[in-house]
Amino acid sequence: MLAAHDLAARRGFAQLFAGLAFRVDPGSALLVTGANGTGKTTLLRILAGLTAPTAGAVHWNGALVAPFDPSLRAAVAYAGHAPALNDNLTAGENLASLAALGGTPASDDQLRAALDTVALAAQRNLPARVLSQGQRRRIGLARLVLSSRPLWLLDEPVTALDAAGIGALTDLVRRHLDGGGLVVAATHVTLDLPAARVAELALG
Amino acid sequence: MSASPVAGAVWPAFRWALARDVTLAFRSRMELAVQLLFYALVVVLFPLSLPPDGALLAAVGPGVLWVAALLASLLALPRLLAADYHDGTLEQIALSPYPLAALVSGKIAAHWLTTGLPLVVLTPLFALPYGLDGEAIVVLAAGLALGTPILSLLGAIGAALTLGARGGGSLLALLILPLYAPVLIFGAGAADAVRAGVGAGAHLSLLGAGLLVAIAAAPWAAAAAVRIALD
Repeated sequence: MLAAHDLAARRGFAQLFAGLAFRVDPGSALLVTGANGTGKTTLLRILAGLTAPTAGAVHWNGALVAPFDPSLRAAVAYAGHAPALNDNLTAGENLASLAALGGTPASDDQLRAALDTVALAAQRNLPARVLSQGQRRRIGLARLVLSSRPLWLLDEPVTALDAAGIGALTDLVRRHLDGGGLVVAATHVTLDLPAARVAELALG
Repeated sequence: MSASPVAGAVWPAFRWALARDVTLAFRSRMELAVQLLFYALVVVLFPLSLPPDGALLAAVGPGVLWVAALLASLLALPRLLAADYHDGTLEQIALSPYPLAALVSGKIAAHWLTTGLPLVVLTPLFALPYGLDGEAIVVLAAGLALGTPILSLLGAIGAALTLGARGGGSLLALLILPLYAPVLIFGAGAADAVRAGVGAGAHLSLLGAGLLVAIAAAPWAAAAAVRIALD
């Protein structure tokens, strides 16, 4: 369970949000909406433990977590703006490298299956530099599948994805929720998820 | 959920970062070659600017090689962390359950293997234009072997501190070159001591001690700086 109490954040001198409180239970998703510059990315970075809020606290499974807390690092799969792909590594190498970095090295079969779920099996041996933005996003989705982390933090996950890609993303999120996972996503597009599972948090 | 089972795994973390960065360095062999060529050019151009005096060349040779090594190490520093910072990999590295200092150590080791080690190995070749004798070459190579890892370790702190700063590259040079001064003094001093006939033991011991201190402290400092840069 992820809970936030009285969260506040600022960017420079501008107050982004204050007094934010919410709770995300296993099997449910929180969609963070709001105009550009209202602090969606900052909120996700706070939840990921990359940055500290100016006020308030984040609790993971009942325990207070500070930035870079080991228990949070073991639970979070964070997909930020930048897809964390190196242009000189192939799609498969990037994915294998990120999976190993997350502490869950993937076997060859697992890699192939993960790339298959996002329809990138044919691009496995292409260097990331020749992939389109949407294909790079898809590698990010494949990484989520391999990570086996309970808490997914997705920053604008549908950016650059085509209809099929958004469908694949929705499927992955739904399956993750079915398995008792948690999702916090900042998005402009409403994903086709069971309404009972989804809460919305509007910023700004 | 408690910490991941890999939370204390220093060696796998080190190996992951080392293997990745060495692989990447060999994917862009051109950059490696340019760096080595830069070093060779500085070392070869310098004698051309001096009077053709064997004793003078032998006297300045070690110093020139050291300054060139400093600059070559500095030239490769932006690659150490900046690329990973810009493509988002550094965020994933910082969020990894592995210890961050161990991951950073692996990156530093890869930096030294691709920038420092070639200079150490090629010292006899680069010493040729200066007519250094056998003992001076050995001491120079030993000094470089002990000193260039310190350059990579200190450089990593500077590279982490200047992440995201405007004009990061030039700022990095200003920040880190003064810190390189002691390494330069003892490294070049070792070769001078041999010429003066007093033995290089003291200088090399100090370099070795410096290396141990840097190994013990620099990865943690660089890891802390990476976390600050991501905040």
